[in-house]
Amino acid sequence: MRHTFAVHVEDTPGVLNRVASLFRRRAFNIESLTVGHTETAGVSRMTIVADTDDHGALRLEANLYKLVNVLRVDDITVRPSVQRDLAMIKVAATPETRTHVMQLVDVFRARVIDVAPDSVIIEATGPEDKIDGLVEVLRQYGVIEMVRTGCVAMARGPKIGGLGDGVERGTQVADDAPADDSNVSYSV
Amino acid sequence: MKRTGAQILWEALIREGVSTVFGYPGGAILPAYDAMLEFPIQHVLVRHEQGATHMADGYARAGGGVGVAVATSGPGATNMVTGIATAMLDSSPMVCITGQVGGKLIGSDAFQETDITGVTLPITKHNYLVSRPQDVARTVKEAFYVAKSGRPGPVLLDITKDAQQSSCEVEWDDSEVTLPGYRPDLRATQEVYQRAIDMINEAKRPIIFAGHGIMLSGAMDVVRAIAERANIPVAMTLLGIGGFPARHPLNLGMMGMHGEAWVNSAIQEADLLLAFGMRFDDRVTGNLATYAQNAKKIHIDIDPAEFNKNVKVDVPLTGDLRTVLEEILPHVAEGDRSSWRAAIEEMKGDCAVRDIQNLPDSGHLYAAHVINDLWRVTDGDAIVVTDVGQHQMWEAQYYHHDHPRSLITSGGLGTMGFALPAAIGAKFACPDKEVWAVVGDGGFQMTQAELATIAQEQIKVNVAIINNGYLGMVRQWQEFFYDRRYAATPLLNPDFVKLAEAYGLSGMAVTKRAGVVPGVEAAREHAGAVILEFKVEQEDSVFPMVPAGAALDKMIRRPNPIVETAAD
Repeated sequence: MRHTFAVHVEDTPGVLNRVASLFRRRAFNIESLTVGHTETAGVSRMTIVADTDDHGALRLEANLYKLVNVLRVDDITVRPSVQRDLAMIKVAATPETRTHVMQLVDVFRARVIDVAPDSVIIEATGPEDKIDGLVEVLRQYGVIEMVRTGCVAMARGPKIGGLGDGVERGTQVADDAPADDSNVSYSV
Repeated sequence: MKRTGAQILWEALIREGVSTVFGYPGGAILPAYDAMLEFPIQHVLVRHEQGATHMADGYARAGGGVGVAVATSGPGATNMVTGIATAMLDSSPMVCITGQVGGKLIGSDAFQETDITGVTLPITKHNYLVSRPQDVARTVKEAFYVAKSGRPGPVLLDITKDAQQSSCEVEWDDSEVTLPGYRPDLRATQEVYQRAIDMINEAKRPIIFAGHGIMLSGAMDVVRAIAERANIPVAMTLLGIGGFPARHPLNLGMMGMHGEAWVNSAIQEADLLLAFGMRFDDRVTGNLATYAQNAKKIHIDIDPAEFNKNVKVDVPLTGDLRTVLEEILPHVAEGDRSSWRAAIEEMKGDCAVRDIQNLPDSGHLYAAHVINDLWRVTDGDAIVVTDVGQHQMWEAQYYHHDHPRSLITSGGLGTMGFALPAAIGAKFACPDKEVWAVVGDGGFQMTQAELATIAQEQIKVNVAIINNGYLGMVRQWQEFFYDRRYAATPLLNPDFVKLAEAYGLSGMAVTKRAGVVPGVEAAREHAGAVILEFKVEQEDSVFPMVPAGAALDKMIRRPNPIVETAAD
């Protein structure tokens, strides 16, 4: 199954390499990895999606903690969380088909961010399956080029979620709910 | 006062207690070598950088400190890779310092440039690229802290040439190292402790597994106290040998692939395994699907990533072994467990007879005799450093170690060529101890150039070459599993006696059993290093043996009683 990790790391040279190398060395496949700044200066956050079972996920978490530059690891797979993927899709759009494309864009709550005589660029944000769905329906018009950020994820806050448009309802969860029932603690 | 990065480096090392380093100079590390002359540092000039790392490793394992190896950039650094990986898999605290080309040249494929932090990323506990003199002091301090705290391991410091040459003001900071992402001092909750204690007190057929962690945390006396109070027999891993006295009545002997048959059988019968600072390596468990099915497992390790890695455990206890055991000890109930111990005695039967010394001399020289005589003559008091292969297993079986840190061997990585340099390092850590390198004819030739280091440093390390004219362990596998097709295992060897003499050392060859004791005695009495070549039976094999992937108690037993009275 897919496991999503939120990994806080020190923002030092080579840290991405250390994390990626760990996955490779321990024979885990990374499905997607994104990295960027956080609310704290000097701390970066990675969202890593890997296809592994629960045992593998625990081993990954434990081994990530062994990296000196890794500050915190959360397997947010089992927690209520929000996951988003951003895509830019360049689709062939002639004057005849452009209206159809635009309608689809509306249905998926995506946006057109560039228009050229024979194509448009669509920006879409959402859970990965929503983006997949959009790409699927656009395919008949001709997807010329696509780029996706990969998944970024965040555990929900302790209160009821629901910030409006496109946001799933969350359930209330305790902070730091244990990721599993094992007695193993890697962080304390 | 302004100091160069090179000066700061040595001062920082001295502040960490370093007095001896093992190294080999070269272009990118020249500024550091030049500055070294101003400092009270003993530099041991090796003949190959791999030797420097094994020496630093042996130094750390014998003495309990941190070993330091120094090399230049490029080939100097890459030659260290095997020694670093060896230290990584055996959790040996080591700091490797390499020169790097100047900061402005990095990435330009400059002469002798290698991305050694990239190369060693998966085989170091941590590594650093230092490109400014003002970072040297802090980085050295961090490197030593990381190397020796928690689960020890190798740390590499790659210092650019310009960082060594340029100067800065230096202020020495005596505060603790703070690494926000590094937590070497994890501990389990009280509830977990209680479950472990209950399990121990309820167990009818428990076995303690003595691992390398006993040495690393200095837990010998606590392990012994628990074993004696509760009457729990103790089985050793290869690296755990010496962690519990070999001649103690509760000591079962070594477990695993070449462990004693009764130890492996007892593990399969046990109802509780107490894993103390060991990691259920595949050489220890055999087939995991059939491993210790009747036993609950309590696993104590400082590295929580080891829990449930190979074997699913019932109670994982994170923490420094000694600290954890000291907390458990007062709650361990006195136990008799005589029926369990009697059951193990029964499994031993007559295969426990190890009195090979009194066997009639068949005219053949067997390695087991050599090791056993070495043990008797040295009274079990020497530090023995082995290489990898058949002689390593015979050493583990026939040299009975009563003291911690008295067997030094490459366990996890199985590095041939380890013994000779690691023995040199052990001698520098423990100059008053008798040190023997026990090595096969194959492994010896991988790092034999370090004989020159012995000669140049004029140290007394004796070398016992167990020469069977084969890469013996590989030959044994070919015999058992590849239909005796001896592909690339027969060796044409040099005259080792002449080789020793070429280096200005003494050499002796022993071909008969009667010559073993006099040979060992002569070597001990000789002032300088002696290379003793034992020309042993060529196609002897190590028994018993669990074939790779087989159940632990399905061992290949000795087909004929060659060196023992009982079928083993």
